[in-house]
Amino acid sequence: MTTAPPRAETSYAPAPDPDEPPVRKLYRSADGRLLGGVARGLAGHLGLPVSWVRIVFVALFLADGMGAVLYAAFWFFVPLGVGGVDRRHPASAAGGKRALRRHKPDKGQVFALIALLVGSAVVASRFQLGQAKDYVWPVLLIGAGVALVWRQADNSRRAQWLELGRRKGVLPVLRGAAGVLLVGVGVTGIVVLQGSVRHLGSVLQASLAVVVGIALLAGPYLVRITQDLSEERLMRIRAQERAEVAAHVHDSVLHTLTLIQRNAEEPREVARLARAQERELRAWLYKPEGRGKEEDEEPATLAEAVRASAAEVEDDHGVPIEVVIVGDCPLDDMLGAQIQAAREAMVNAAKYGGEGGAVQVFAEVEGRTVFVSVRDRGPGFDLDAVPGDRMGVRESIIGRMERNGGTARLRSAPEGGTVVELEMERPATEGST
Amino acid sequence: MSNEDAQQVEAGGGAGGGAAEGRTVRVVLVDDHRMFRTGVQAEIGETGRTGVEVVGEAADVDQAVTVITATRPEVVLLDVHLPGGGGVEVLRRSAAMMADAERPVRFLALSVSDAAEDVIGVIRGGARGYVTKNITGTDLVNAVFRVSDGDAVFSPRLAGFVLDAFASTDAPPVDEDLDRLTQREREVLRLIARGYAYKEIAKQLFISVKTVESHVSAVLRKLQLSNRHELTRWAAARRLV
Repeated sequence: MTTAPPRAETSYAPAPDPDEPPVRKLYRSADGRLLGGVARGLAGHLGLPVSWVRIVFVALFLADGMGAVLYAAFWFFVPLGVGGVDRRHPASAAGGKRALRRHKPDKGQVFALIALLVGSAVVASRFQLGQAKDYVWPVLLIGAGVALVWRQADNSRRAQWLELGRRKGVLPVLRGAAGVLLVGVGVTGIVVLQGSVRHLGSVLQASLAVVVGIALLAGPYLVRITQDLSEERLMRIRAQERAEVAAHVHDSVLHTLTLIQRNAEEPREVARLARAQERELRAWLYKPEGRGKEEDEEPATLAEAVRASAAEVEDDHGVPIEVVIVGDCPLDDMLGAQIQAAREAMVNAAKYGGEGGAVQVFAEVEGRTVFVSVRDRGPGFDLDAVPGDRMGVRESIIGRMERNGGTARLRSAPEGGTVVELEMERPATEGST
Repeated sequence: MSNEDAQQVEAGGGAGGGAAEGRTVRVVLVDDHRMFRTGVQAEIGETGRTGVEVVGEAADVDQAVTVITATRPEVVLLDVHLPGGGGVEVLRRSAAMMADAERPVRFLALSVSDAAEDVIGVIRGGARGYVTKNITGTDLVNAVFRVSDGDAVFSPRLAGFVLDAFASTDAPPVDEDLDRLTQREREVLRLIARGYAYKEIAKQLFISVKTVESHVSAVLRKLQLSNRHELTRWAAARRLV
């Protein structure tokens, strides 16, 4: 199979021969394929349009069927995968789930199968095979049957990747049965050709008996093996997840420890690093699945937004900020303004009140009211004493809240420090969460 | 730094300034991290200064039960995550000692965990309070004394979780038979969640510190008394747990 690769491949190194392990492994594509996904997989691997690869295969096919042999070899040896897929194709990469749900075989696939069969027949009939000519049709039937079953195996494999549950459907069973039937007819045909038609009945009976016997014997083992395999796969996925977390944690912890050693003379910087690391670890350990991994994403809910703001201020000013959040709701423009105001309050608290200890942020969604308080334990703050030209608090906190229909209050906390309270009513259209 | 804090406590004579009263509280530390136990011991274990005497340490559930049974401390500082079943298991196996009318053993959960189910779990299991591990030595000593007096100690985080768990303004009437938080209790919890100390809450609401403490204890009792299954079902129905 290493001989005579399609022309298109030669101009693009590295060679996609699966026997040599290249940096990028060649896979057959599971999405958007017509037969075995060979052409699409190759195209993705080589960075060529699929149609080019397909044309090359068809051209080679016409040259004494070499294309078919090559294609079959690829189909047989190259594993089905998600790598090497042409990313530009809309049905590939991102739309994995969608592609799976669209389960019906599309016209292209049926057409490709028929074309393959007819083409094979035409090519085969051109050969002068003499005595062997009688065997062409049975062999073709067997080939088609094997192709069907092979294709089905691909499908179930893909289904298992995308969702772990076993999918029961009529189509896979039908397909498998059709494949077995084709192979059976082909084998029978050969047997009958060798013997005579008179023995057809007994040959069929005998083969049926053998098939049933094999099924009875092998069935339980097959079921057991399938169950073991799926269980093992589950364990492996879990182990992989654990390894991923461990790798991430080790990495970032070591990194932080190195930085701390290097900055040992600057307590503020050390504290900042430690806080940042703590936050990241917490996000990994205690947050629900999929959260806390992409920090750059825009927060969609109030709780996330408050946490994100607190984290940023904490990083910028090196003052610990403790966040307590009760309830949650989706973010809108008004709440966005409230978060901005809260962030401003946090910055002020960190700047002027950070020496007295952690800044405490409390956010609560109760019914339609969203309440945020920010308190520090600094020297306190007298709004009237602030000169009128200093617009920081008036504009960015009080003004911003009032423009958006909310209220802001600043006052001294009972035991020293400043409390900023921000309150906002959500529009009535949204139900309480 | 903790030295200064401790002096403050004694000078302030706060709600549980034990050393000032010349009282000593016997404490057992349960935590699987030796470094953490050493740190806590260093911060609060100086009996003459803090009034706390660490009489035992344990690193897992079996050890903990053995040590607690043998020493009968007044307060156990209990980590939530422990080998052998976690803090909840220690609580379960110490139920008899907790219920002892003469010399009750009281548990204060001391955790690094952020997860609500961990925290609410140990509180329902019978812990008298919950504080996070970044608490200062002073506050921890205060908390130990308060717990040994039978009061409840809530950190802002725990107050947030409790508010979350009881948050439902539009609860159907079926819930009426369940102990709900009163308006005042919610108010107190809210102030705790906002980082106020009990003393500050008392000033803010114009009530005495004792009243604040009794409100907090009432919340704790409601959390523990609510039938476990009932509360779980109730919370699950509201996607709270």
